[in-house]
Amino acid sequence: MVTLNVLVLVCLLYVAFLFAVAFGADRAALVGRGTWLRSPIVYTLSLSIYCTAWTFYGAVGFAARSGLEFVTIYLGPTLVMIGWWWTLRKMVRVGRSQRITSIADLISSRYGKSNTLAVFVTLVAVIGLTPYIALQLQSVTLSFATFAEADPFTDAPPSQQSTAFWVAAGLAVFTILFGTRNLDANERHHGVVMAIALEAVVKLFALLAVGVFVVWGLAGGVDEILARIDSSPIARWEVPGSRWVGLTLLSAAAFMCLPRMFQVMVVESEDEDHLRMAAWAFPTYLMLMSLFVVPIAVMGLELMPEGANPDLFVLTLPLRNGQEGLAILSFLGGFSSATSMVIVAAIALSTMVSNHIVMPIWLWSTGGGAMVSGDVRSVALLARRLSIAMILFLGYCYFRLSGGGTALAAIGLISFVGVAQFLPALMGGLFWRGATRSGALAGLGVGFVLWLYCLFLPSFGASEIMPYSVMQNGPLGIGWLRPQALFGADGMDPVIHAVMWSLLLNTCTFLGVSLLTLPKPIERLQGAQFVNVFQHSQTPGSWSGGLARSEDLMIMSQRIMGASEAQAMFSKEARKQGIAGYLPEPTPDFLQMLERELSGSVGAATAHAMISQIVGRATVSVEDLMAVADETAQIMEYSSKLEAKTEEQARTARQLREANEKLTQISVQKDAFLSQISHELRTPMTSIRAFSEILRDSEGLSEEERNKYASIILEEATRLTRLLDDLLDLSVLENGQVVLNSQTGQLSDMLDRAVSAAGVQDRLRIHRRREAEKITLHTDLDRLAQVFINLISNAGKYCEAPDPALTIRPQAENGNLVVDFIDNGPGIPTDQQAMIFEKFSRIGQTKAGGAGLGLAICREIMGRLGGDITYLPGQEGAAFRVVLPLREAATVQAAQ
Amino acid sequence: MTAKKTPVFVQRRTYRRRRVADGARLLPVFGGILFLIPLLWEGDPAGAEAVPDGARTAWVMTYLFVVWFGLAVLSGVLARFLVAEDDGGDEEGDS
Amino acid sequence: MGKKVILIEDERNIIEAISFILSRDGWEVKTHSNGHDAMQAVRDRRPDLVILDVMLPGKSGFDILQEIRDDAELGATPVLMLTARGQQKDREMAERAGASRYMTKPFSNAEVLEAVRDLVGP
Repeated sequence: MVTLNVLVLVCLLYVAFLFAVAFGADRAALVGRGTWLRSPIVYTLSLSIYCTAWTFYGAVGFAARSGLEFVTIYLGPTLVMIGWWWTLRKMVRVGRSQRITSIADLISSRYGKSNTLAVFVTLVAVIGLTPYIALQLQSVTLSFATFAEADPFTDAPPSQQSTAFWVAAGLAVFTILFGTRNLDANERHHGVVMAIALEAVVKLFALLAVGVFVVWGLAGGVDEILARIDSSPIARWEVPGSRWVGLTLLSAAAFMCLPRMFQVMVVESEDEDHLRMAAWAFPTYLMLMSLFVVPIAVMGLELMPEGANPDLFVLTLPLRNGQEGLAILSFLGGFSSATSMVIVAAIALSTMVSNHIVMPIWLWSTGGGAMVSGDVRSVALLARRLSIAMILFLGYCYFRLSGGGTALAAIGLISFVGVAQFLPALMGGLFWRGATRSGALAGLGVGFVLWLYCLFLPSFGASEIMPYSVMQNGPLGIGWLRPQALFGADGMDPVIHAVMWSLLLNTCTFLGVSLLTLPKPIERLQGAQFVNVFQHSQTPGSWSGGLARSEDLMIMSQRIMGASEAQAMFSKEARKQGIAGYLPEPTPDFLQMLERELSGSVGAATAHAMISQIVGRATVSVEDLMAVADETAQIMEYSSKLEAKTEEQARTARQLREANEKLTQISVQKDAFLSQISHELRTPMTSIRAFSEILRDSEGLSEEERNKYASIILEEATRLTRLLDDLLDLSVLENGQVVLNSQTGQLSDMLDRAVSAAGVQDRLRIHRRREAEKITLHTDLDRLAQVFINLISNAGKYCEAPDPALTIRPQAENGNLVVDFIDNGPGIPTDQQAMIFEKFSRIGQTKAGGAGLGLAICREIMGRLGGDITYLPGQEGAAFRVVLPLREAATVQAAQ
Repeated sequence: MTAKKTPVFVQRRTYRRRRVADGARLLPVFGGILFLIPLLWEGDPAGAEAVPDGARTAWVMTYLFVVWFGLAVLSGVLARFLVAEDDGGDEEGDS
Repeated sequence: MGKKVILIEDERNIIEAISFILSRDGWEVKTHSNGHDAMQAVRDRRPDLVILDVMLPGKSGFDILQEIRDDAELGATPVLMLTARGQQKDREMAERAGASRYMTKPFSNAEVLEAVRDLVGP
């Protein structure tokens, strides 16, 4: 025997498995894997939440009581499904293109985004579906109780209330966990959908299993079961025509209007094309679910004891026949049916409640100050979770109040009639442009009141809420107002009576008021959007097509104007319109204002195009507009980049200017150089020419004069030659074309050579320290000697001391050879020390023979040799220091 | 069908597609009528012995499930041929 | 009695050459070889002609020329400018500064004599 504990364990394991599936699907969707999550087969299976515990348990009970009539509940949806091309496709398209979140949202959007309408629809849905949710709790509770009764080891079965409570709580946890994980803009819940698809398979499999067991295990085959049907109490085909037609229509209407069906069919729809498979697969699913209902009912009636609840035949037949495994499977099927319905219904209803009731109130109470989007999202999530808990709690309360006694089918039908009241407004909205908000509101109101009066309140039983006298004689004794015999329609089936009057008057009111009232511009706009959705949205699947959605406008504006500016403007406008939050109705005034604002950023024509396209009438999709907005942003970015570039150009210009200045300087230097060269060449040539002419032309020159003048010519010619030599030398050195000729030698020898070559011994005393000069050098000795000669002859030329003397002081220091040349003259003034190594720089009065290139050449040579020559300030006279790295010199040599 | 792309061919194809869409719209009406037919078989309430064939639950059940299955198959066939073409749209392009 | 000419030039060989040429032509030649006190020398001598080198140690020939032109008594003295820099812009600068004649080194002796005679006049 299956103990209750085993059942609870199996149940918990199953739930854990569902959790795992939902979690895995969510994760897969998150990381972008799992296209299989959104295959048409999953979509079709998710539609099966239409088959609740009412189907799983109730259909058999229904059949046991009324024969084949139960099948109408599935014929209606079948007809709707095979007519998908006509209605469902449009609903899905509208839902996707308008990013609809619930049926309340759809109806309110269609009628000018009227929140009044949304609130009304939400309330009707909550009131209508609370019994339905209670029904699911009841079915799970009953099935538990059935096992408990059969369990010989349980003395005190748990109370039905506590079972129902724990089931409700568990469902709330599951729904909150997977239904409000995120606030996705398109309200899709991959985990939940996957879980209910799985449950769809479980319940179908369970019911088929029971059916197969009943037909082939208990009855003994198809022929046998047909014979038993013939001999059963429901053998006769005697369904009242009104109920047959009425219930078929009712179920068809409910299929489209039930918030949970809307949720899976439209909101969770990934691809409009999935309907293509659902068109044949879902009717097949319904057919399979119904296939064994009558046989099970017949066998139950035959085998079960008198007074057994036919609603539980699915469970009790296997149990009674010792098929415990099958019974557990059957239990899981019923459990799946109940839980999947409750989960999706709770999600759908909580979306409606939080979006249309809680959030507006919250936004209103906070004065529309919620500017930070994250703020709103967290509040919305909280509202969603609280709504789920509240809805399940309501269901539990209804279950407690109603006592769980009413037959399952009756409760289900009451809910169906309630939500069917949406049908006129829904279909009118989708197919008739003349439908107005007032019409929808009036029609819904009339239908709702009639439903309450004729069906819902009486369902609590006479004298509970509705006094017995009212039931019998009508309010205040007005007979034609009797709840179940309105306008004298006596003797009708209560459900059909309620369906007929509520839907009839609902539709008539809706049509009449719509004809009498004028729609607001936004209603007309939305009406066109909905009715002509196929003209507006070119490609299925893209939410496109000129939608007067404040949100779209807002998104676009934010991209163009910047988030804070756009939000400030929108909220200001919304306050002006008396709406909380920051999404004002897109009234013509607002649109005009917005256009003006946007034209400041993107130009008038573009702004006009964008607005008129987003508001409607155009075929450009919102995505295109977003692209335009992004382009604008890019242009702005580009222009800021241009600014940056301008800066860069300024920088470049500065660099160019600097380069130009440098060039100019160089040009000036070149001019100065040429000028200097010219001067240095012309000066000796002047003398040469003048004296040449004198020698040629002048008569009576003395021999002495002749000699003198000839000497001058020679001297100046020598000077010219030297100048040219120096220039060439410098040029070679500066261009780096010099070839160093490294040799090894003694410093002392070099200095001897230099002193003698300078030819200044006669007028300059030279102090040397022979012992310090014993340094071996390896470098270009000729070039180094050139430097030394230059320095020594300079001292000879420019030292103006009365007793000119030059001290040569060599030393080895840190691997360098340092040779100082210090004379006893006045030295070089500090301000000119920096210039002496420049070309043609000459200090003080010109002395013939100096072109001012010597030191420049020295500096170049020392640079080539890897050393340096500097002026050494702070000595007694002019002092030059020659530095030559001893090792470096070797390296330079080695490099050659 | 050949892949020959002549105007006649395209037109014929578009025409066929339109008729398929018409069929899809008519299917629920057709189904509804078929589901109503059993109402005509209401038997004589008196005497369970003389139940005519049509009024037997077993018979009606068989009929209903056959029709049901047939509709599902038909719907599947139509869905295969229905091209997502805009209602009233004049797009003639095939593919 | 020859006319007085003052030669302001720093190259001793050139001084010698010009002195020789002009002396032979009957001029009374005084020389001065730096820029600093050249103006003083001109004031002291009161020459009929100034021969002025552009590049002088201490002071530019142009500056000296400017001072001569600005001087009330000496302002009209003809000035022959000599330069070793043969560029066009040097010539222009000289003319702007008020040089009576401008000669580029190297020159022929005949040219100098002719210029000097022209400037001082009969």
